[in-house]
Amino acid sequence: MSTARTIPPAPNGAAAGETPPPDALLAMYTTMLTMRRFDERVRDLSAAKAIPGYAHTYFGSEAIAAGVMAALRPDDWIASTYRCHGHAIAKGVALEAMAGELYGRTTGTAKGKGGSMHVSDFDVGMLGAFGIVAAGIPIALGAALTAMRKGTGQVAVAFFGDGAVHQGVFHEGAGLAMLWNAPVVLLCENNQYAEATAIEYHLNTSTIADMACAYAMPAERADGMDVVSAYAAARRAVERARTGGGPTLLELVSYRFSGQYEGDAQGYQPPEEIARWRERDPITTFERLAPERGISTEALARVADEVDRAVDAAFAAAERAPFPEPDDLFDDVYVSYP
Amino acid sequence: MRELTVKDAINEALVQAMEADPDVILMGEDIAGGAGRDDHPGALDAWGGPFGVTKGLATRFGRERVMDTTIAEAGFFGAAVGAAMTGLRPVVELMYVDFAGVAYDQMLNQAAKVRYMFGGKQKVPMVMRTVVGAGFRAGAEHSQTLYSLFTHVPGLKTVAPSSAADAKGLLLTAIQDDDPVVFFEHKRLYMEKEHVDEAPVPIPFGVAKVVREGRDLTIIAVQRAVQFSLAAAHTLAEEGIDVEIIDPRTYSPLDERAILTSVAKTGHVLIVDESYPRCSLATDIAALIADEGFDSLKAPVKRLTAPHTPVPFSPPLEDAYLPLAPKIVAAVRAQLGAGAAIGTRRG
Repeated sequence: MSTARTIPPAPNGAAAGETPPPDALLAMYTTMLTMRRFDERVRDLSAAKAIPGYAHTYFGSEAIAAGVMAALRPDDWIASTYRCHGHAIAKGVALEAMAGELYGRTTGTAKGKGGSMHVSDFDVGMLGAFGIVAAGIPIALGAALTAMRKGTGQVAVAFFGDGAVHQGVFHEGAGLAMLWNAPVVLLCENNQYAEATAIEYHLNTSTIADMACAYAMPAERADGMDVVSAYAAARRAVERARTGGGPTLLELVSYRFSGQYEGDAQGYQPPEEIARWRERDPITTFERLAPERGISTEALARVADEVDRAVDAAFAAAERAPFPEPDDLFDDVYVSYP
Repeated sequence: MRELTVKDAINEALVQAMEADPDVILMGEDIAGGAGRDDHPGALDAWGGPFGVTKGLATRFGRERVMDTTIAEAGFFGAAVGAAMTGLRPVVELMYVDFAGVAYDQMLNQAAKVRYMFGGKQKVPMVMRTVVGAGFRAGAEHSQTLYSLFTHVPGLKTVAPSSAADAKGLLLTAIQDDDPVVFFEHKRLYMEKEHVDEAPVPIPFGVAKVVREGRDLTIIAVQRAVQFSLAAAHTLAEEGIDVEIIDPRTYSPLDERAILTSVAKTGHVLIVDESYPRCSLATDIAALIADEGFDSLKAPVKRLTAPHTPVPFSPPLEDAYLPLAPKIVAAVRAQLGAGAAIGTRRG
């Protein structure tokens, strides 16, 4: 029997670092709201069985993807997980192609071959989403290796959850990243649940950032519910990587409002815990702080309108798009096969 | 004529591929040896891997391209997948195929599936070189072949050369190939010699080699089983039995036509393999012949494999484990009705 470990309180509020200008902040808000509205549609369509297969929504961690991606160059790489919708949207994957993929249509990012867990778009630096926990960590490291060898100055970010830090590839990747001084950020999205297990019941250290000391790797733990905090922390890690300072383990603490997958009854998450974290919802937090960050309520309303229209259009197009033909089954197994 | 060992032919293929393309890099455990040590002159290139196959490459191309990794197969295999996706051509060494378990996710779920599950927009041009085979008294965890573990997976190509010239030509093709390739090297063949062209001449995948022409029976074998079969063929020839030996050389893709053509000619088949028998390449090829070549058969398809046991350590046991020439001779005689049958299992 395991007993609960005491985890230090989650960081709350932006750590030291400059607040981006209002237009940059508004862009982050747009990104966050797009993720939220997109996944609300996914939740409803999944419940209605209109979308086939598994769906893993991103509710609660929107500030992380929005903040981290704002700290990246367009040609920087990310590797993602099966909870990939937010990462893909923030990196710039087209909504229509994402919705098409979720519906299994030919207009999807993978022409319907991948599904919700395997969104990718090389053209915007999205290496892809991997369904095996922690699998993206060494893959991002490999992309960083290419950047080093070719001298491109690119940085690679590996997204993974708190549950992934027990996987061998997290540790193997961390060791190799330090050995090679690779321009990679190990970005732990600590949403406090590894599938159905709360972090107090699976973590061996006090924090995930603590695990970096075994590899002598710089680490930081920051608020992942506030986009400015996430952005500022990511910027420090990304600049370290880009300027030859090597890898960083960055733990951004958020909370998973949804279950492990859509349809999960969440019996293991106390309702009062969810309610307490709802008070720190990254989107309402942003809206509350907007006036003091120089953003008007009218501007927020305009964004909300645009986002609704964009998400509506994406899903409407996806619903109309054709399914693959049975013969498409055989395409793209190999580049060439005699 | 210039002769090279299999080991040196592989080394030469790596040198030529690295000279031709700066994106080719090598990663593996002690593939140079000595890691970053520079405080005494023997450290660099001290090993070249446990069999010395990559010896000299770190001196020639530098540690930036010949990277000694930590003992972390999953980590550097995953890094190779990511590097291949973004523009390099990594050649990674799995020191023994028996270690497949610790890096299998990267081959099974990432290298093999990136192209398909991301809609054909990406490619993973990486090569996994690995060492297979019994006969070194190396015990259960350093002696397996495991061809079928990788051939089973769509998205991977598998290559199993049995001679020096084939090893060089097929490795050159593997490195130029845009798909992930698993390249099996048999540890008991490393010192086998033959003439190898100095020029880099790739050998296409999916083209079997007729190692010996014959009219009475077709033996299908790769790697060391080809050697055993050649020895058996010599004995059988003295009895007037003329066997044909087909070496598929690549298991995925498989040259089905060459196999079926030979079976159509001889009407008798023996598949020889030192792998485990269940769900194996021998089973797979037997099924192919049953499906597509049944009308040519004058007798049932026979398989001569290792037994369904781990590879044993003790020399008499390991010798009993392998499909050595005398067993092949007996199996061929039985197939042709010229002697007693020999089984692959006890009793």
